[in-house]
Amino acid sequence: MQTFGQQLINGLSLGSIYALLALGYTMVYGIIKLINFAHGDIYMLGAFWGYYVINGLHFNFILTLLSAMIFCAIIGVLIEYFAYRPLRNSPRITALITAIGVSFLLENGMTYLFSANARSFPQVLPTITYHVLGLRISNIQLIILGTACLLMILLELVIKQTKMGKAMRAVAVDPQAAQLVGINLNHTISFTFALGSAMAGAAGVLIGLYYNSIDPLMGMTPGIKAFVAAVIGGIGSVPGASLGGFLTGLLETGVQAIGLSAYKDAVVYFVLIVILLVLPAGIFGKKLKEKV
Amino acid sequence: MLDIKDLVVNYGAIQAIKGVSLSIHTGEIVTLIGANGAGKSTILQTISGLIRPVSGEITYLQHPLQRDAAPKIVRAGISQVPEGRHIFPGLSVQENLQMGAFIRKDRQNLAQSYAEVYQYFPVLKQRRYQDAATLSGGEQQMLAMGRALMSHPRLMLLDEPSMGLAPIFINEIFDIIRAINAAGTTVLLIEQNANKALAIADRGYVLAAGQIKLQGTGQELLDNQAVQQAYLGG
Repeated sequence: MQTFGQQLINGLSLGSIYALLALGYTMVYGIIKLINFAHGDIYMLGAFWGYYVINGLHFNFILTLLSAMIFCAIIGVLIEYFAYRPLRNSPRITALITAIGVSFLLENGMTYLFSANARSFPQVLPTITYHVLGLRISNIQLIILGTACLLMILLELVIKQTKMGKAMRAVAVDPQAAQLVGINLNHTISFTFALGSAMAGAAGVLIGLYYNSIDPLMGMTPGIKAFVAAVIGGIGSVPGASLGGFLTGLLETGVQAIGLSAYKDAVVYFVLIVILLVLPAGIFGKKLKEKV
Repeated sequence: MLDIKDLVVNYGAIQAIKGVSLSIHTGEIVTLIGANGAGKSTILQTISGLIRPVSGEITYLQHPLQRDAAPKIVRAGISQVPEGRHIFPGLSVQENLQMGAFIRKDRQNLAQSYAEVYQYFPVLKQRRYQDAATLSGGEQQMLAMGRALMSHPRLMLLDEPSMGLAPIFINEIFDIIRAINAAGTTVLLIEQNANKALAIADRGYVLAAGQIKLQGTGQELLDNQAVQQAYLGG
């Protein structure tokens, strides 16, 4: 029971980071039907930004988090503007391959500039471990979970309540009708990239705090796992991405807890296959309705 | 108000509109009738800025329009009720209307616009918190019209508003088009239901194979033998 509780906490912390990342995948997919494979690398850039502003400018945690979110939002908007916008009317496969290209560019560009060595992420917050009911819970875990949940709630409010959020949903369901009411597609798509990338930037800083180690290729595996999480939840669905992220995190820590660490990634992908066999559209995915 | 001169539009490799000229005066209801594939919707899409013409001019209130993007055209006062309604599923009825007012800067007058729309379509008020996807076909048509009204248009383009609706709804929709026009909005109406459209129109154009074949007042076209045979069921 204690192990279970402990793994639940660990899984939720990790899962909340996957959830933040998965949100970016799902929002971008929802609006332009593109799987943005560079998304994991934006998270890496967020972690590097955190590394430099903490070490160089002695930013505190809140300032680091906010500045990383803004930095990544700008990067996301620039990537969309230069790499994806010119391909707006090209076949989807062209944009997909471009996304893979952007991912390689960021990974190798950062390796070239900052070397492939892992760096230790500065401890902007002293770690305090609490012992509650025999469980070991660190303040870092609570901060990760709390920050991620807060950001997800804010994102949900932006999407559900603001005019821009509603415009995003309108463009996602019917871009042509959205233009007919005067919504500017380019602005809305840029806004979506900014939001998704800001979430990835926050996730990058949080993972730095959690694992203490960052390197230019750190975005690859979490990026793919967050993509899996978005697919499990139903790609295009915002609550689905959050749920998928938490499930993926819990699954991964659960598998490690029963002594199968070497297979943790394999299990995640296996569950993806099973879920797609049973629910091809994911947990919250919309059934594809043909328009008459 | 709107003048189209020698408009040529390609649809893929096909020349869909082959030199169409037409004009709409302020306060009119003008209808464009014609068979499926005659190019009626293409003309509306071109006016709304979703398709770029190959050549020709569209002048709206003395300003050329044919190079402008869709949002700018909506801001200029032209809003379209697209064929097949195209409401936003997943957004509530009220959110759909809010999107219709996307370009409006005069927040203080929005409440009045909602009230106007709800007056035309009381059923939308009853269902304002419901997901728009749960509305019936006729109600969705009303929502699409209400959404277009929310931008406070001077010219409203209606593409097949009666398509797929029960007869009781069709009459109601046509009554409301008249009322919207009477309240000061100029209307360009595309219809398969030529009888009904000509009956409420000041003037009409008959489009066939991308060209205007006939024009006249609504009554003239209703009485025209060729129109009767081709579009009014003899």
